[in-house]
This record gives sequence, structure tokens and C-alpha cells, in this order.
Amino acid sequence: MSSADAFDPAGRSGDYHAAGLRRDQWRERLGLAGLAAPALILVIVTMLVPVGWLFGLSFLDDNGALSLEHYKRMLAEPSYGRTFRTTFEISFVTTLICVLLGYPLAYFLSQLPRRAANLCMIAVLLPFWTSLLVRTYAWLVLLQRSGLVNTWGMKLGLWSEPLQLVHNMGGTLIGMVHIMLPFMVLPLYGTMRAIDGNLLRAAASLGSTPIHGFWTVFFPLSLPGLAAGSALVFVLCLGFYVTPAMLGGGKVTMVSNRIANDIELFFNWGAASALGVVLLVITLVVLVLAARLSRGTGLFGTGH
Amino acid sequence: MRLADDHRRPRDAAASTAASATALPIAVRRLSKAYGAVPVLDEIDLDVRPGEFLTLLGPSGSGKTTLLMAIAGFLRPDQGSIRFGEREVVRLAPHKREIGMVFQNYALFPHMDVARNVGFPLRLRRVPAAETARRVEAALEMFQLGGYGSRCIDQLSGGQRQRVALARAIVFEPRIILMDEPLSALDKQLRERMQIELRQLHERLGTTTVYVTHDQREALTMSDRVAILDQGRIARIDTPRAIYDDPGSRFVAEFIGESSFLDVTIADGVARAGGVAIRASSLPARQGRCTMVLRPERLHLLAPDEGEGMNCFDARVTGAVYQGDTLLLQAALGDGSPVSLRVTTRGGEGPPPAPGTPVRIGIAVSDTVLLPDEARGAK
Repeated sequence: MSSADAFDPAGRSGDYHAAGLRRDQWRERLGLAGLAAPALILVIVTMLVPVGWLFGLSFLDDNGALSLEHYKRMLAEPSYGRTFRTTFEISFVTTLICVLLGYPLAYFLSQLPRRAANLCMIAVLLPFWTSLLVRTYAWLVLLQRSGLVNTWGMKLGLWSEPLQLVHNMGGTLIGMVHIMLPFMVLPLYGTMRAIDGNLLRAAASLGSTPIHGFWTVFFPLSLPGLAAGSALVFVLCLGFYVTPAMLGGGKVTMVSNRIANDIELFFNWGAASALGVVLLVITLVVLVLAARLSRGTGLFGTGH
Repeated sequence: MRLADDHRRPRDAAASTAASATALPIAVRRLSKAYGAVPVLDEIDLDVRPGEFLTLLGPSGSGKTTLLMAIAGFLRPDQGSIRFGEREVVRLAPHKREIGMVFQNYALFPHMDVARNVGFPLRLRRVPAAETARRVEAALEMFQLGGYGSRCIDQLSGGQRQRVALARAIVFEPRIILMDEPLSALDKQLRERMQIELRQLHERLGTTTVYVTHDQREALTMSDRVAILDQGRIARIDTPRAIYDDPGSRFVAEFIGESSFLDVTIADGVARAGGVAIRASSLPARQGRCTMVLRPERLHLLAPDEGEGMNCFDARVTGAVYQGDTLLLQAALGDGSPVSLRVTTRGGEGPPPAPGTPVRIGIAVSDTVLLPDEARGAK
């Protein structure tokens, strides 16, 4: 550089490196942004581009002309309405059962010492690490007419005829709840663990019974985790394919099964795309609503 | 040392009569708790007088918090008895004990505003809404938080949060207040101001208070009496001044205040330390060894002609630390034993004595404390 770098005892004139320091800062930011770049590019290529392409397809008729044909058919044909209703019903009931099973479980885990909780958490997560297909097949084996549950139930004299446990709504729900439960327990557990135990002690010292303390202190503070878990499970259920396809036995048609049919049986990419777009929009609406409902409770953050 | 037969404290007597109308005494007997083979509380006996401010002081792991939690009912002891007045409470659930409790991290309910936090115990007791509002506001006024009722907890500073927690703990007029290191999360200046406020609050309410801290200065500042815990036992319980002036054991002397210690040998009723004969108001034994406690502020730098009524040592300066209000001098006695002494600074002084400077150090015979040389604790 120039003579400005020379030693300047009075410190009055000369270069104070403002431009250089600013440049260093920008370089640092760019470097950090660079770390996110590969993932960002991947998301753009594998998500945004295909979704955009499907979006376009859904507005084209069989001859490739611009049309709303696929959307009109969805409104006109009652079977589509039934599919959407089934999808919402199953998603809602699955979420509800996951809440009823997951909340007490997460509460139990959150009250254990951390080491024991971690061990139990592994048990909760274990199914998570096995293939979805394997787990669904396992349920098929357990629940079918000559399956383990029916054999034992009849041996113990609980029922005399094999029960229809699978290839229906009930079987689908069993399988889906099993697969979705960790998605409910994880955010709930995280939120509950972060609730300071002294809060419940404080409530007790002020005269609150354990049950009253739970409902006035613990439960309200666990709501962000409950909202996050419910939104997660509900949204995942909306687009669920494998389990309803296998355990539903063709009797339970969710939107994703319908999409698969449209493509595999009817080669109708336009209709399938339109369904996909509607499902995507519904999912986004649910997420936005959930975020709005729990605004200020940090639903999509740590839950403090 | 037991407290029941301790009649030397006029201040305590006054406090207990003033508050006797509402305040409850606490009597703990043979309270024990062990985790596995490790005893945390070892047959603790403790009497808290009605209206007294008693501090449990001890290093971490001494059992002070465990004892407090047992009194509050959050920890189930292995054995023992805890009485509030005439009532045995050791098996009583915490929510039935009618205790005002203040926690280190405030434990305010983050989903309620200030007024709802403070009103919580009143709503539980089905106090009518209008009266709840009035009492909440009065409690907030008491802590200079009037008009803060609708604030969110996360809008408050640490000091304000602690005041809200205090207001919540006293608003339902409990007859016992327990505090678990309530000031340790505050910065030094705020902490010292709150210590005085808490002390004044206690004088106004006269509620029996048990206070846990690991800060000895806090314990000395606030308490009627201090119980020093060591390894699940009470090593000493007495007024702050009595403990400071005569610690009774090396553990207590080390824990309360700064001290240097000198080895003392006693032969035929004559004690010698640092190569000098020592006079003291009493000797622990006629023969053997003991320890002399030297408090830095009770040691004096002597001019050559001073030293009347004092035990005097020749020493050499080894270092000096300027601390603003005082100068902390380190010195070595003739036999090499290190001692510290604290000198109040004045304006216009020269630099502190350089290392190596010979000095004469004295401590008044009345300040000379000899501790029996024994294992820790004075049980």
C-alpha cells in the first residue's frame, strides 16, 4: 500500500482500513453462504423444478393445450371428494391417536433422569431406523386372517372367528399410528424437557395439587410441542402412500393412492399433477394455519 | 453445638417476640437422606425459631439445598421428623405445607403476566377476584413494581423478576418462607441492594425464613443466625458475629471470612507460633498443638514503638495487591509461614512496601483465636 501505512505517531492522518475491513466481512459472509450452496442447489434441482413442471402439467389437457379440465373434473366427480374426505379423516384420526398415545409417553420420558430417558428414546426411535416397507409388511403378517394376533386371540378364546384386522380402515390406522408416533413424541419430548422443573415445584409450594399444577403450568407450556407434533403428523399423513396402499387393501383410497392410480393405470399425468398441486396447497395451508395458531409460542423454533 | 441452650442473643429474643403472633418455629430432628451409600443429610437436628432469619451456608455438596428441599417437601428423606409448630409435616405433600418459596432461577410462570403470577396462590385459595387484584397490587407496590401487573415475564430484568417471585411467595401470607440462593443470578451491586431489601422485608413481615446460600458475606449480612453445613452435618450454628469472631473449627474459619492459619505448639501452658510466644484469652489445652486464626483485617502494621496488648511478629513483605478501599499485603513470618493483612488506604500515600521490606505485624490478644487441632467439624 501507500505511505499511509507508515508509522504515524499522531494518528491523525492515514488509512484506518475501513474499506479493507468491510471487504473482509463480506468475504466471511460469502464463505458461510457457500457452505449452504450445495444443499440449496440440490433443493432447487430436485424440488422446485419438478414441482414447477407438475404444476404446469396440471393445466394442460391431453392434447397439450392450456385448460382447467383436470381441476374441473375434480370438482365434478364425487369420487374425488370422497378421496379427499378419506384423506382428511385418516390424517385427523391418526393425529388424534398419536396425541393420545404420544403425550403421556413423552411426559413419562421427560420426567425420567436424562440417561434413562435417552435409553427409552432409542426404543421409541428404533422403528424409525427400520424401513417403512418392512414395518408395514410386519403389520400385514401380524394382522392378517391367519396372522399372529388372530391366532392368539382365538387360542385364548377372546374371539372365535378370525377378525378382519387389515385391508380396511382399522388396519391402515394401526400401521399409520405406529409409523407416525415418533414424529409426535420427538417435538413433544423436546418441549417438555425444556420446561423447568422448578416451575412445578413453585406451583406446588403456592398450594397447587400435582394435577392442578399440570393443567395450569405444565400443559400450557407443552402446547408448542403438541402443536408442532400434530402439524408434523397431520401433514405427513396427508401425503402418505405406502401404508394405506398395503394395509388398506384397495379399500382405503387416500390422495396419494389416487395419484399413483392415475399414473400407473390411466397414464394421466395431467390429472395426477392436478391432484398433487391441490394436496400441496392444502398442506401449505395447514402449515400456515398451525404456525399462525401458535404464533408467539415458537412452534417452529425450540419451544421456549 | 446446639442452639436451644443459647441465651446470649438479645437481638434474636426481640425478633422472636415481635413476630411470635404469626410466625411458626421449625424443628428438624434426626433427618437423614442418602443417595446410595453417600449420606447427603446425616441425622440433622435443627431448630428455627419463630420469626427468625436463618441461613444455611455451606460449600456445594454440603447438603444445604437438600435440607431446604426436605423442609419444602420436594425431597423425601430416608428418616427424620420435621415440625412446623406443633404439626408434623415430614410426610405432608408440598402443596399442603403453606410455604412461600423463592427459587434461584425465579421459577416464574412464563405463560402468565406479572399479576397472574402473583395472583396464582390467591386464585388457588379461591380469594374473590377483587380482593386478589387488591392484594396483588399491594404486594407489587411493596417491591416497587406497582403498575407492572400486565407486563410479560420476559420483559422484566433479572432484579424485577426476583421481586415478582418474592411478591408471589409472600402474597398469600405463608408462615414460613424458604429461599434457595435467590440472589445468586444477579450482578454484585443488585445483589447487595436486594440483600438489604430482603432483610428489611423480613423485619417488616417477621416470617420465619430459611435461606440457602454459598456466599458467606450474604449469610453474614442478612441472618439472625447462620448454620454452617459440612458433609451433611451442621458444623456450627450461631449468630454471624459469634461465628466470625470464634469459628470454633478450622473448617468454619476457612469457610467464613479470609484467614491465614499458623501452627501453634503448646508446652506447659505456653503457646508458641512463628517462633514467638503467643498470648490468648484462653488456651484449648496445656500441652499439644493447635491452630491460630489470623484475619487479615485484624492484623496491623506496627511502628517500632507499638505493640502493647498484642502478639507481634517480625515478617517480610512478599507482595501487595491494591484493591481500592484496602491494600492486601502478603508477608512471610520468620519461620516462612505466609500471612495476609488488610490495610485501609488513604489519599496521598506512597507506594506499598516493596517485596523484601521487613515489617512488624501485630494482632490484639483479644482478637487472637486458637482452634483445637482436630479433624474437621465440631460436632
